[in-house]
Amino acid sequence: MKVIVIGNGMVGHKFCEKLLARDKKQVFQITVFGEEAHRAYDRVHLTDYFSGKTAEDLSLVDQNWYVANKIDLYLDDPVVEIDKYNKKIISSKGRELSYDYLVLATGSAPFVPNVPGTDKHGVFVYRTIDDPELITSYAFRAKKAVVIGGGLLGLEATKALKDLDLETHVVEFAPRLMPRQLDESGAEFLKSKLEHMGIHVHLNKATSSVSGKEKVEALEFKDNSRLEVDMVVISAGIKPRDELAKDCGLRTGPRGGIIVNNKLQTNDPCIYAIGECALFEGMVYGLVAPGYEMADIVASQLTGTDKVFADFDMSTKLKLLGVDVASFGDALAIENECSTIVFEDRVWGIYKRLNVSTDGKYLLGGILVGDASAYNILLQTYKNGLPLPQNAEDVFMKSGAAGKMNAGSGIAALPDAALICSCEGVSKGAICCTVKDYGIEDLDGVKKITKAGTGCGGCVPMIKDIISETLKELGKKVKPAICEHFAYRRQELFDLVKVHGIKTFDEALDKFGNGAGCEVCKPVMASILASAWNDSILKQPAIQDTNDRYLANIQKGGTYSVVPRIPGGEITPDKLIVIGRIAKKYNLYTKITGAQRIDMFGAHVSELPLIWEELVAAGFESGHAYGKALRTVKSCVGSTWCRFGLHDSVSFAIRIEERYRGLRAPHKIKSAVSGCVRECAEAQSKDFGIIATEKGWNLFVGGNGGSKPQHAVLLASDIDEETCIRYIDRFLMFYIKTADPLTRTATWMNKMEGGITYLQNVIVNDSLGIGKQLEKEMQNLVDHYKCEWKEVVESPELRKHFNHFVNLPGEKDPNVQFEALRGQKKAVDWK
Amino acid sequence: MNYSITEDIQWYRACMITDVPENGGVCVKYKDEQIALFHFARRGEWYASQNLCPHRRQMTISRGMIGSQGGEPKVACPLHKKTFSLIDGRCLSDEEGCGIKTYPVKVIDQYVYIGIVDDKDSSQAICA
Ligand code: SRM
Ligand SMILES: Cc1cc2nc3c(=O)[nH]c(=O)nc-3n(C[C@H](O)[C@H](O)[C@H](O)COP(=O)(O)OP(=O)(O)OC[C@H]3O[C@@H](n4cnc5c(N)ncnc54)[C@H](O)[C@@H]3O)c2cc1C
Ligand code: SF4
Ligand code: FES
Repeated sequence: MKVIVIGNGMVGHKFCEKLLARDKKQVFQITVFGEEAHRAYDRVHLTDYFSGKTAEDLSLVDQNWYVANKIDLYLDDPVVEIDKYNKKIISSKGRELSYDYLVLATGSAPFVPNVPGTDKHGVFVYRTIDDPELITSYAFRAKKAVVIGGGLLGLEATKALKDLDLETHVVEFAPRLMPRQLDESGAEFLKSKLEHMGIHVHLNKATSSVSGKEKVEALEFKDNSRLEVDMVVISAGIKPRDELAKDCGLRTGPRGGIIVNNKLQTNDPCIYAIGECALFEGMVYGLVAPGYEMADIVASQLTGTDKVFADFDMSTKLKLLGVDVASFGDALAIENECSTIVFEDRVWGIYKRLNVSTDGKYLLGGILVGDASAYNILLQTYKNGLPLPQNAEDVFMKSGAAGKMNAGSGIAALPDAALICSCEGVSKGAICCTVKDYGIEDLDGVKKITKAGTGCGGCVPMIKDIISETLKELGKKVKPAICEHFAYRRQELFDLVKVHGIKTFDEALDKFGNGAGCEVCKPVMASILASAWNDSILKQPAIQDTNDRYLANIQKGGTYSVVPRIPGGEITPDKLIVIGRIAKKYNLYTKITGAQRIDMFGAHVSELPLIWEELVAAGFESGHAYGKALRTVKSCVGSTWCRFGLHDSVSFAIRIEERYRGLRAPHKIKSAVSGCVRECAEAQSKDFGIIATEKGWNLFVGGNGGSKPQHAVLLASDIDEETCIRYIDRFLMFYIKTADPLTRTATWMNKMEGGITYLQNVIVNDSLGIGKQLEKEMQNLVDHYKCEWKEVVESPELRKHFNHFVNLPGEKDPNVQFEALRGQKKAVDWK
Repeated sequence: MNYSITEDIQWYRACMITDVPENGGVCVKYKDEQIALFHFARRGEWYASQNLCPHRRQMTISRGMIGSQGGEPKVACPLHKKTFSLIDGRCLSDEEGCGIKTYPVKVIDQYVYIGIVDDKDSSQAICA
């Protein structure tokens, strides 16, 4: 069967992926025609082009993808004619091909209003990858620029112009910005945020012409005012590309768009239309998500599954010029058809509006500007018709972390349809079902039956919560056991270890466990023992998780990565040279990591001690990138160089990193120190973060990035360095002693009864009277720090473990293979 | 158990007892085969299996963590934690998951021997 796809845009490409995945029997031969010269790229992130991304970076697939999947791709060759009677197409370069099915994914073009002067030099649209290029090169000669259109795309363009350092204006015909998504107050908040950034916003302005000799000199408006500018970007809406369809007699809408039914078929059943060119029930869907859904539906239809398109939720959340803007459901519901709850915070520029059914029970829609952290939970609540909690205002409306849905207790409220494991596509309902119907009570069982948590594993903590939540619901006692070998929780084991002075896994197993242990309890116990005594993990290599056992992160292919500590991200040129020299010598792939240090990938296990021998000799230490331990303390440059810096954030970051290096915990811990509120070190996304103030430092705790990002909350403000360290000692020690395994600080705090107020009481007010003790325990750990790699390098006995073959020391695994990549190497892909 | 000790077994002297970490594993090279060898020191037992993890075909089983499930000795591949019985090699984490080949092991004087059945079919690693 021959399928021809017209248009190699986002949706056309997604269709190819979906069809390949569903076409198990490989009956389809796909051919794709693209009008643009580039392979399908990420149009949504077009604006990133201005911050240095290239067409290649934005590309959705690498060069070989189409060839590898046996798809014929003709770029820079638009289809010019469809002959639907003979089922064939003709391209501009004269290719004539026949098809069994034709898929139109021609997208849309910018709508240019019919006013005189839009053909002058200096007038641009914003749609394809060539546009940013044209805009950038013209912008060199320009000072003032204006965007016509204050909708979603217009504001994207505005950001681009602002980033080019132009004096930037936006002109909107309606009385407010983003009229389709925002209400008056929301738009007003957004406007003042934009103005704060130096963007000039003009509302209620209808453009009558673009004036100038050859090039643009000004915009003229219907109210007789004018705005002098050097360049104009038009972003006044989209116009579906239906010309080809129209020419061959397919039905199109009066205002454009190819008419399709719920199978995305046009009036010719062999021709489908998807993405922004399709018109479904009078509506063109100008977002990628519905387009992707359409792609999947056509792929299903072709491969024999009858999936159909239904009205698609157009809720959106975006970051416009750094401002969170979200709107969902019926965002603009009329006042007397619903009750509204409104929260406004003018200092922080936060506006939230919830439209609630008149009986106060259900959420109909809403708008969030400035802080959209509650968006996901609100969207789920709305989509699934969940009843609102009694105290909806407290739960959703407060700003910052206090208003965030409590992730631990929020589980109960999540609907059955909520997707928990996105790798395997498993919903909450499916997990509950295994517990209820199959009598499964542990993670392993759920994994086996549903496959949830077997991909990246990021959802495992959530699965555990769902299991215990469901067990509770069934009236069953939640088994506290960490696994079949120990019938205790981590905290209990921690206390037992301390009280009984247990030093090894075997002792623990003898005293409180049974069996031989497993891959769950061994690393948990290893972490407890390390946190309790700070004894070297090298003494019991076999109970350490792989990464800890080899003091390096295992990778595809079975090689390892090497990450030396670079405290605070500060490094001398000499040390940089050492890293470069070593990487070259052992042929390692090098990359700057997301945490201000350098990772060297692709070391054979037998090379690790040799590499570290050289690193240690040059004054490096282990960076513990492999451990559930302190990772890095990021810093911004701070007062030593930065014109805004209040204090020396680098020195403080180094001090902190050196104090807590090697500290083992239930999960990894990250930190950062910023020199002022501009927060370039991103301290508020760390387990503990520090930000300089006029009077001292603010200490934040409980933040993380990763799969469920959460901002840290303020624990103490305007404190001096010593107090700060004291509080961190207490905070970390309290966390280490009481958190469940593999629980980051944020999740631990979310589940803590009393939340941040309770924590503040314990840490700052010392309400439990354990402050001094926690500090002492931490000091003890700090005093016992040793670099693990130094120990290995110096011990022939330990070095012996770093071999692939026990009977052929030094010989490398012959199965390891690399490929060349941009002048370095990479692991070959696995199947 | 899926192997029976017969006359055809060749015992390969793999290493010394002390070469293998207690309650851990090592990889042994025998001709072109990679064999994972484990010492359950607590119970004084030894097991061996193919080193190749059938999941992503990675030479990693010997670096996995060992333990038990309902008393049955098992190993977890370090990459994605799929677990395999060391008695019969079946995959314990997926119903239909691919199993691994196991080998007999014996200890004489301070040496560990792995039993190689010199039969063309069975010495092919499973899923290789
Ligand atoms: C190398 C690096 C990516 C890069 O190329 O930049 C990286 C690589 C890995 N990350 Fe990461 N992460 C790296 C920065 C980050 C960051 C950014 C940061 O630290 O500022 C984050 C988000 C911030 C955070 O953690 O709050 C991050 C969030 C994760 C997570 C999710 C944690 C969570 O709480 O959701 C995991 C999974 C985990 O730890 O369980 C993870 C796990 C991993 C592992 C260890 C996965 C694994 O077990 O193999 C990757 C190891 C690759 C290897 O072979 O070395 N990585 N990872 C970065 C190393 C930083 C360093 O110098 O130590
Ligand atoms: C700056 C910008 C920001 C955006 N931000 C967001 C966002 O944040 N969220 C969101 O959901 N959406 C966003 N969008 C919208 C999103 O990009 C579109 O919804 C999506 O690209 C539509 O995909 P498509 O494949 O239907 O159309 P396109 O991606 O436009 O692809 C259509 C392709 O078909 C080609 N073509 C047309 N006619 C022919 C022919 N006769 N022969 C061959 N090829 C042809 C076109 O040249 C084009 O390459 C944004 C768009 C822009 C421009
Ligand atoms: S480096 Fe981090 S984000 Fe990237 S693939 Fe690995 S775990 Fe995922
Ligand atoms: S490679 Fe072994 S579990 Fe995936």
